[in-house]
Amino acid sequence: MKIKVNGEEQAVEGSSISIAQLLKLNEVENPGMVTVQLDGEFVDKDNYEATQVKENNEVEFLYYMGGGSV
Amino acid sequence: MTTFTDEQLDRYARHILLTEMDLDGQEKLANSKVLIIGAGGLGSPAALYLAGAGIGTIGIVDNDTVDLSNIHRQIAHFTKDVNVSKVESAAEKMQAINPDVEIITYKDFVTSENIVEIIRGYDFVLDGTDNFSAKFLINDACVMENIPYSHGGILRFTGQAMTVIPGKSACFRCVFREPPPPNLIPTCLETGVLGPVVGILGTIQATETLKHLTGVGEVLANQLLSFEAKGMDFRKVRVKKDKNCPLCGEHPVIKTLVDSEQPLCELKA
Repeated sequence: MKIKVNGEEQAVEGSSISIAQLLKLNEVENPGMVTVQLDGEFVDKDNYEATQVKENNEVEFLYYMGGGSV
Repeated sequence: MTTFTDEQLDRYARHILLTEMDLDGQEKLANSKVLIIGAGGLGSPAALYLAGAGIGTIGIVDNDTVDLSNIHRQIAHFTKDVNVSKVESAAEKMQAINPDVEIITYKDFVTSENIVEIIRGYDFVLDGTDNFSAKFLINDACVMENIPYSHGGILRFTGQAMTVIPGKSACFRCVFREPPPPNLIPTCLETGVLGPVVGILGTIQATETLKHLTGVGEVLANQLLSFEAKGMDFRKVRVKKDKNCPLCGEHPVIKTLVDSEQPLCELKA
């Protein structure tokens, strides 16, 4: 199936993949580094295993960025 | 109504020439109060540009002193300012750029105890802080006090910005629920940062400030702008106000301000 991750099309085997698996597939070192949106909706961290991404879904991994002043 | 002197008309001529700005926009700036929290990499360029722009009153908050390792990116501070308070150093340059601006310095860090008192009365807040404890505190206080603000964050070669209009657009917690686990996100101190990258972001935040105050264009409300300087890629992600947001959602659970325990850049050189 085809999905979009951070705006770019990605081909993934099978008909669904969990957010947790997708994070691993995209080499996000630690899920705590990002917040996840599935088709524009915030996905709670507790639901990464249970939430399935399906054909044509759009997923955003939004990174925490905190630096600035020091 | 503000009456500009001939000298001021000259000073702001290139603003006033912009049809979207005009005298009317310049007048709005002259009657505005903006607070910059953090006089570092983001706050420096923002403070200089906002002073130049003729904002009536600019408050600037920071408890740090200038370190030699700051100067490659914190452009309000010069080599002669090492060991000088950052707010005093920044205020000196702002006043030199534009003597018309009233500058209020707060030699302090924002905390859950003092932030409301500091931000109250300002029309817009610019978050130039370096840690998630302050970022969540600023978000919560601005949403509670109904003061729009600009978020900015930096990591290595990347940066992000979002403008929060309380009650109308997504707040920081709609997108990033809570501070990340301690020590997970590397700091500028640990990973380094390319000087101008913070300048790009600070000037984006200053631009957002001027746009909000004058009503020119559309601010980054409900949009998280991110950029990556190595490929010079810019991207906007639509975000939205979350009805389950613990701060501004339908059933808010955050009703008081707290200081998170773990500042991002807790290590001092």
